[in-house]
Order: sequence, then C-alpha cells, then structure tokens
Amino acid sequence: MELYQGSLDIKSIFSRWLDEERESNYGAFIPFIGTIRAENNIEALSFDIYEPILESWFNGWVERAKKRGAKVKMAHSIGDVPVHTSSYISAVFSPKRRVALELIDEFVEDFKANAPIWKYDILDGRRIYAEDRSTPMSGSGILASKEDN
Amino acid sequence: MVKIEFLGPIEQESLEIEANSLKDVANFLQNIESINSWLDRCAVAVNSQMCNDLSKKLNSGDVVSILPPVCGG
Repeated sequence: MELYQGSLDIKSIFSRWLDEERESNYGAFIPFIGTIRAENNIEALSFDIYEPILESWFNGWVERAKKRGAKVKMAHSIGDVPVHTSSYISAVFSPKRRVALELIDEFVEDFKANAPIWKYDILDGRRIYAEDRSTPMSGSGILASKEDN
Repeated sequence: MVKIEFLGPIEQESLEIEANSLKDVANFLQNIESINSWLDRCAVAVNSQMCNDLSKKLNSGDVVSILPPVCGG
C-alpha cells in the first residue's frame, strides 16, 4: 500500500506495478483508477487517512487475495487533489480473469465502505466534509447504545 | 486513563478519561452534545483494531478511535 501527498502519478505507479509483476506469471491484471470529476464547482477534493487501520484493512485483503492465488495493490492520496487528477489506484493480479474480475469488484466496494478515509470538497478555498457521499463503517453506532449492561 | 481520539471531520481534541470498558466510553461521550450527534454513525477502534463489542474491557493506556462515515477514492 502506498500513500502520497496530493495527486497520484498514476502512469508511473501503474508502470512500476507492471514491472514488479512482469515475471510473476499472472494472466489477468485489472486496474481501477479514481479521478476527480469537475462537478458542483469544486476546485479539488481533499482526503484525511487514518493509516494504522487502513494498513490492517488492506493487509486483510492481501490475505484474502492470496487464498485465491491473487494479489492486490493500492495507492491513495492524502490532502488536496485537484479536479481531473487522480486520488486512487488499485489493481488485482491473478492467474485467470474470473478471480481478478470478482476480486476488483469486491475490493473496490469494500474500500468505499470500510477504508478509514474521509473526503472533503474544496469549494471557494473552504474544506467541506462530503457527508452525503460517506458511508458509516461496519459496526457503526455501538457507542450510541443506551442499554444498560 | 484511556485516550479517546476523534478522526476525520469530527472537530474535537483528544480526551483522556477513566474507563473500564467501551460501555463507559459510550456513557461519557453521550453526555457531550457535539459528540453525541455523531455516535449513531461512528465506528470504533481500540488500539487500531476495529471493535464491535461494547463490553470490550479497556486498560490504562488504551487508545479508542472514533471513526465517522468514510468515503475513499
């Protein structure tokens, strides 16, 4: 897992990953790239990351992929990422296409739901939490419980 | 003492409280109005491990992290 300040140089990351796996004998390689769209007048998106939990979340996926003979990689931005540049790249490498196609779907969806990353719109120089696009993580709400033990 | 840290957009400095379990942390945070409004949407980690068990015992020096809704990518 790789974290960078600001926009990702996806061509260089993508190229290096290809080189790293050149002789690993994987037959299928599927990248997913997330790019910031110009919408609602935003200048950029901005990201906070809690690295210890992101690391353990990602390591869980490394193990899950390994059991299916596959490998996952990802890189993400920290801080401001201007529109039309990229904040996220992940990729699955596997011996055959079926596992790669399934795994990239599961991995990216779980990433959206459970990776400890917070997104903000940068609008008129202000940093506004993207609350309406955010998802409560698994297990959310336990501290709101009123029941007595 | 147990340290409680608030991640992402929750604008609250870390707190240190006496707590024997996550239940004690829940009771404490429910009485802080600005935090209570977040709690139904927040997940919890203890020492960087996600935790869904309110009866989880805590020891002095443990760090409880409060994680609001996420959106990576």
